[in-house]
Formats: sequence, C-alpha cells, structure tokens
Amino acid sequence: MTQQSDVLLKLSGVAKHFGGLAALSAVSLHIQRGEIYGLIGPNGAGKTTLFNIITGLYQLDSGSFTFNGQAYARSKPHVLAQAGIARTFQNIRLFANMTALENVMVGRHLRTHAGIWGALSHNRSAREEEQAIAERAHELLRYVGIHRPSNTLAKNLSYGEQRRLEIARALATEPKLLALDEPAAGMNATETESLKELMKKIRETGVTVLLIEHDVKLIMGLCDRVAVLDYGKKIAEGVPELVRNNPAVIAAYLGGDADIPQDEHDLEIES
Amino acid sequence: MKLHRPSNRHLIFALALLVLPFVIDALFGHGWVRIADFALLYIMLALGLNIVVGYAGLLDLGYIAFFAVGAYTYALLGSPQFGLHWPLWVVLPICALSACFFGVLLGAPTLRLRGDYLAIVTLGFGEIIRIFLNNLNAPVNITNGPQGISGIDPLRIGEFSFSRTHELFGVEFSSVHLHYYLFFAFTLLIIFISLRLQHSRIGRAWMAIREDEVAANAMGINTRNIKLLAFAMGAMFGGISGGLFAGFQGFVSPESFSLMESVMVLCMVVLGGMGNVSGVVLGGVLLVILPELFRNGAGPVQQALFGKILIDPESLRMLMFGLALILVMIWRPAGLWPSTQRRRELMPSEEVALQEQGTVYDATK
Repeated sequence: MTQQSDVLLKLSGVAKHFGGLAALSAVSLHIQRGEIYGLIGPNGAGKTTLFNIITGLYQLDSGSFTFNGQAYARSKPHVLAQAGIARTFQNIRLFANMTALENVMVGRHLRTHAGIWGALSHNRSAREEEQAIAERAHELLRYVGIHRPSNTLAKNLSYGEQRRLEIARALATEPKLLALDEPAAGMNATETESLKELMKKIRETGVTVLLIEHDVKLIMGLCDRVAVLDYGKKIAEGVPELVRNNPAVIAAYLGGDADIPQDEHDLEIES
Repeated sequence: MKLHRPSNRHLIFALALLVLPFVIDALFGHGWVRIADFALLYIMLALGLNIVVGYAGLLDLGYIAFFAVGAYTYALLGSPQFGLHWPLWVVLPICALSACFFGVLLGAPTLRLRGDYLAIVTLGFGEIIRIFLNNLNAPVNITNGPQGISGIDPLRIGEFSFSRTHELFGVEFSSVHLHYYLFFAFTLLIIFISLRLQHSRIGRAWMAIREDEVAANAMGINTRNIKLLAFAMGAMFGGISGGLFAGFQGFVSPESFSLMESVMVLCMVVLGGMGNVSGVVLGGVLLVILPELFRNGAGPVQQALFGKILIDPESLRMLMFGLALILVMIWRPAGLWPSTQRRRELMPSEEVALQEQGTVYDATK
C-alpha cells in the first residue's frame, strides 16, 4: 500500500440473501487500524454472515468491501488470508487429529514457500524455513498461553485451550485484522478475563481485532467501538457506553416494542 | 520429524530385505519370489493412494485407473503394437507423467466434491478408464481391446535385461530375483518421497485439508492447488508401478484393472493404517501374501478335515478376507499400525491418569 489510510476495513451497503431471507441488508461500517471493534446483536442477527463475507466464505450479493485500500468482493478465503484477514470459528474448527504445534504450523503455510522440491531435497533453505516455522509456532503457543506438550493432539486440549489454539493458528498467518467469532463462548469468568488480557496484548502488537461477542460485559470493557446488528441491519454504532444506552439496541435485546424508559441507566443488557 | 540416521538395527533390517528373495526361494520356492515382486508393486500403489486418501483425505475408489494408465503407456511405447521399443529410462518417466496428467484430469472436476460424492465420481472414473481400454480397438486399434497387449518389452537398462538370468559376483540371479531388487529400489524411493512429503509444508497442508477443508482454506491454503497436487503425486506413483508391472508381466489387458483391484489397494491403506507409511507397507504385504497363502492352503486343509472340498477355495478366500477386514475395523479402527504420533500422544495422558489415580488412593488412606 502506498498510502496508509486509517481505515483498515470498509464495508459499504453489503447485502446477503439466503433464498428469501435477508441475512444482511445494506450494512456499512468501517474499522480503524489498531482498534478493537465489537460486533454484537441477538442470535440470527447476521454477525457470522458478515464474518463469512469478509473472510471469503460467502460471496456478497451487493455492496462492496475494501481491505487495506483494496477491493475484495468475491475473493476466495485463501486470498483474503493472504491479504491479512485471519479468523477463528464460532464452532471451533481445529485440525483435530494434528498436534497443537502442527495446527499453528499450518498457519505459517501462507507466509512460507517450500514446495515439492524443497520437501524432497531437504536443502538448506527448506530446512531453515521448517525450523523457523516450528520456532514461531512454539512461540505462538506460549504467547496464547498453551503450556501443554506441543505434541498434544488438538482434540485432546481443553475447551479453553482449543479456543486459544485457534487464535494462535490465526496469528501465525501474520494478520492485519484478526476476526474472532465468539471467542469467549462457553468460558467461565476467569477464562474470559484472561482471554480479554490476551486480546489487549494482541492489539498492542498492532493487530486490529474484530470481535463478535454475546457477552456484553466483555465487549464493554474491551472494545473501542461497537456495532449492533439486528435482523441483518446495523442499528447502532459507536463507543460502547453510547450504544448501551441506545433505545433501539435495548429493544433488540429485550425484544419487541418494549417501552423502555430513557432514564433507566442502570438497565443491564444481557444476551 | 527427521529421517533417522541409520542405526545397526536398520542395517540388519536392510540386509535381511536384500537376502529375502533367496530365503523365500529356498524355503517356499520360485513362485513365492514372484509373489514378493507383486507385493512390492502393490506397496508402491498403496503408498500412492496413501497420499490421496491417507494424507489429503480424498476418498478415491478408482485409483487402479492410474496403474492402468502407467501399464498401458509402457505397453504402447515398448511392444510390437506400434512397433515402438523405447528405452526404460524414457518410458518410465512418461508413464509417471501420463498418470499424473490423468490424476489432474480426475482432480480438476471433483474439487468441490467431498466424501461419498467424491468416492462415487472416482469410482466412475476408474471404470471409464477400464472401459476405454477395453474398447479402444476400433475404429483405430490403440489398445487391442479385451485381448490386451502382449509381447511387451522386458524391463531393460542398456544391455542388462531383468528378464534373463544373470550371474553376478558368482551368484546366480534369476529374473524374479532381479525384478525384486529393481522393485525394491523403486519402493524405497517412493517411501523416501512419501516420508519427506509427510513432514513438509505440503504434507501439513494436505493433512489440514483432510481434517477441515474450510478451516484450511481460511488459514490461507490454496485448497484447489494443494488437492490437485495430491491427486497428481498419488497418480504418479500409480503410473510408475503400472509401468513396472507391464514390463514385468509382458502382457496387459483391461481385466487386470477392475474395481476389485481399486478396493484391494484401498484396503491395504485402510487396514495398514491410513497416513502412516509403515502401516501402509504392512497392509500391502499382508493383503498380497495372506490371500496367496489361503489360495494354496484352503484346498488341502479342507481335504484333510472333511475328506472333500466343501467350499471352493477362491470364494472362501474372499469370505475370509471380508471377515478379516470386519475384525480389524472392530478392534483396530485406526489400522494395524497407526501413526506413531497417535501412540506418542497416548503416552503422557496415560501417565497423567496413573498419577491421578495414585493421588486418589493416597487421599483415601
């Protein structure tokens, strides 16, 4: 990129339909470099659909999205990974029968080059690259806080560790934008707290974080800005405190046309 | 991670494999050396299929087609059929490349298919190749149809023909012995390539696709190219094995490449231990030798027990084969020799479990 604009990811008028169902309609948002951006909304609001669009799993029906100044609509997932978007999945999708280390090593695939010839000849550059991959993978495992033997199979890790391993694998691709799909789902309070610390630590390294989350408390303490989706539409966006008190958001979470008195500031939004 | 430096154990093992044909010859006779040669051909096939099925997780039920392509390529370029008699070092690479080409040809349209669907398409592909070979004798006679091609040139390097008896270092090597060493060398080469690939960036990408294609793609692996590479590499081994088969046999016909053969090779991979080279080799050895043993043994045993042959040895062979497969799948679902990684993985957790048990007992004291 010649010009380093502050906007890393920009969606304009993105729409996605599944049959007659509008999963997303005319969603526009932008994510700044270096921020932690939260995406919240009730179940079925279209959060994961949005995720799948920016990571290339789904093709958008209309609208456009640019990442790092370049348009990427209708690109394949590996192209977007190459561009610098790495993700985790809502239902953990690790390589279950590979070791924790190998999982992270797969993440390095994209930034390394050894091909068939390198593999067969085991020449110096291939060996050095392989070594570097393994070292980086070990580093990342420690970084996210997995202290088990690195040859533990991914499926034998604890639930929390599996979530962390997914983050390590995503970080191995050297992303500019790390997209986390409900990383705290199913975690207890302590685990969530340490996850929060991890995300802050990741942000400090200059990686922008996009976070889908149900746990509003986590979002509030962590995100710089949040957007709220409901029925495929963006109903609010801004700093967390402002959004929390937005009547449309409260209605979306508590349901229907609930007549929410404006002055009740202590009202907690729970998912 | 690395290929180990040869230790004494390995040297003894290698030496044993080198004298093996003579031991077999002395103990069981000439015919069994020939069976050993076939076992090596099948091991090469199984190792090729292991790349597609074991590493990349793409279920291929028509794998024998690549064996057929290799065999017919050799047959057409080295037989009176077209009057071509090209040398081995030219023909064998062409066998490998043509099989490779067919591998990509099969791979390209099936990229979006997974599991059962892929299995059915590959099964169809295998049959298409066989039917083509069966019918390409008209209007232009290419494959000589169901009669097959005979009079194929023997495997020959320069003036050294593998189909004749040679005396080297004062020891007499007959044709089957020489083929054993030739096939053994190729098998070693293929094992070496398999192992190197397994522990490489490419191998990891294959395994990632096997485990979860969506996640692999999201992690930046170009799943299309990597899958095509798996098809091409797997097919290549099949092609080499096919070329050697044609030269060894001196005759090829479409009926050698039936669906049953594909299933057989797949069984070697699954039974031995998918994704583990040693397991696949073991599977190949067992599935060539056991049926042969049975073929020879079933008749006399029945004769001795019941005084007459109750069940035809050939059908009994298939029956026992099916039974053996079921038993293995029940008791050793990961194969007879699963990858070391899994065993290594089991070790620490067992130790942990033991320790935990220990502390529980302590607490109750």
